[in-house]
Amino acid sequence: MKVEVRINGRSVAAEVEPRMLLVQFIREVAGLKGTNIGCDTTSCGACTVLLDGQSVKSCTMLAAQADGLDVMTIEGLAPDAGDGSAPGATALLHPVQRAFHEHHGLQCGFCTPGMVMAVTSLIAEAEPGSLDEAAVRVGLEGNLCRCTGYHNIVEAALAAAREAGVAAGATE
Amino acid sequence: MIPAPFEYARAASLEEALSFLAEHGDEAKLLAGGHSLLPLMKLRLATPGVLVDIGRIEELQYVRDEGEAVAIGALTTHHDLSRNPLLRRQLPVVAHVAGQIGDPQVRHRGTIGGSLAHGDAASDLPAVVLALGGTLVALGPKGRREIPASEFHNGFLETALEPDEVLVEVRLGKSGGTGWGFEKLTKRAQDWAIVAAVAVQREDAPGGVGVGLVNMASVPIRAASVEAALADGASVAEAAELADADSDPGADINASVEYRRHVAKVLVRRALERALAGPAGGDGAAGAAGAAGGAGAASEGGSS
Ligand SMILES: Cc1cc2nc3c(=O)[nH]c(=O)nc-3n(C[C@H](O)[C@H](O)[C@H](O)COP(=O)(O)OP(=O)(O)OC[C@H]3O[C@@H](n4cnc5c(N)ncnc54)[C@H](O)[C@@H]3O)c2cc1C
Ligand code: FES
Ligand code: FES
Repeated sequence: MKVEVRINGRSVAAEVEPRMLLVQFIREVAGLKGTNIGCDTTSCGACTVLLDGQSVKSCTMLAAQADGLDVMTIEGLAPDAGDGSAPGATALLHPVQRAFHEHHGLQCGFCTPGMVMAVTSLIAEAEPGSLDEAAVRVGLEGNLCRCTGYHNIVEAALAAAREAGVAAGATE
Repeated sequence: MIPAPFEYARAASLEEALSFLAEHGDEAKLLAGGHSLLPLMKLRLATPGVLVDIGRIEELQYVRDEGEAVAIGALTTHHDLSRNPLLRRQLPVVAHVAGQIGDPQVRHRGTIGGSLAHGDAASDLPAVVLALGGTLVALGPKGRREIPASEFHNGFLETALEPDEVLVEVRLGKSGGTGWGFEKLTKRAQDWAIVAAVAVQREDAPGGVGVGLVNMASVPIRAASVEAALADGASVAEAAELADADSDPGADINASVEYRRHVAKVLVRRALERALAGPAGGDGAAGAAGAAGGAGAASEGGSS
């Protein structure tokens, strides 16, 4: 069947089997390898992308279910920043990416694309003043990290939430 | 892991979904949020020949005030339930429990209709609908029929739905709006309940309370003996001792049968205490969501 998904603003169309998963479509058809497959069983969140702005686990969706919809992957958050390694590129990062960078919210980096997308969605749908540490930890229940012990990930999420004006309590 | 091959048909409307079902018969399976069905298909525990995707049918995504009852469209997601202003006001227990399911990603996809139609005893919302004495509305070639929640789940992953029927709506009376308590025991964040209990005040129930249990039998169940004991004037502590009387729990990697029976009594007592702590103002909601830092009755706080 023909499936057409707008990924990071670019339309990607292909003839695929109905059983193709969205994460395969993203990695193999669109060639975007930032979205990782960790558990393949809806547990780890490494495959998290935004579907029409909301976080979803792309290993537990068919590409066909995203036909005609908008998908955002880690590559689409800050297209101008490239891979972030060029001089000055960190200034071009998306605020959530920059917060992970500044707060050292990663070690091996495998969970990071999913974490960043999950945090982006969490902040986008948070009510003003609602995100404190407990709410961030609960909001990231669907994302596992085997390296960091989560502390710096939570710090990064809180920093990004403050910047977006949805953190609990006074501004820093 | 990739599902076995199947044909895919997306229904643009309820009418189209019904005609796909009629056309493909037993071969067909409905796909709503896919968060119960796709994991099973990836493990090849389910191998439907035709998937009828109803996930985009907007006419089944709503929460409506219909006077006596709140009507919820079957395709309303857990996320939308948890944020819905009408539910937060009228039936905060539904908004709260929906906000405790899985994790945000799961709640963005999973639907109340899928949760009920799948019929997993470990699912949270079916126990809430049972405790509230809700009614499920099914639509099929023979028309529309209403099924009391108490007659809906009739065996392991089996429901009263016919293969050619679509669950279209869940109807909940508003009397469960006042006091409520929900207690969910999980080993880790994001997990399904090992056991969960929900208690709601109900003007239309003999003992004034409805009680539902998660994961205490092969289907979601009501704790009828607890409700009856309260109607006969038993104290909360006495009634809670009967929490496992109507159950038939299984043993698994998380819990033995004895442990489940014990936990059910503890959770039912706590849920009842919260539900009866006071009418609207005393808000079982505030108690249950307190752990989340008071972000509101429907916040994603853990009360476990
Ligand atoms: C990681 C993870 C954690 C989870 N944790 C929890 C939890 O803590 N608590 C909890 O309650 N649930 C949990 N769930 C399950 C989740 O709530 C599912 O979304 C829900 O059980 C099924 O809804 P769905 O819309 O995804 O249904 P689908 O998977 O699309 O469908 C499930 C079944 O119902 C049928 N069906 C769906 N809609 C209809 C309809 N309208 N009419 C007739 N038949 C229909 C389908 O044919 C299929 O057989 C979890 C799921 C995952 C993946
Ligand atoms: S790979 Fe999708 S949740 Fe782990
Ligand atoms: S940084 Fe290694 S898994 Fe999270």
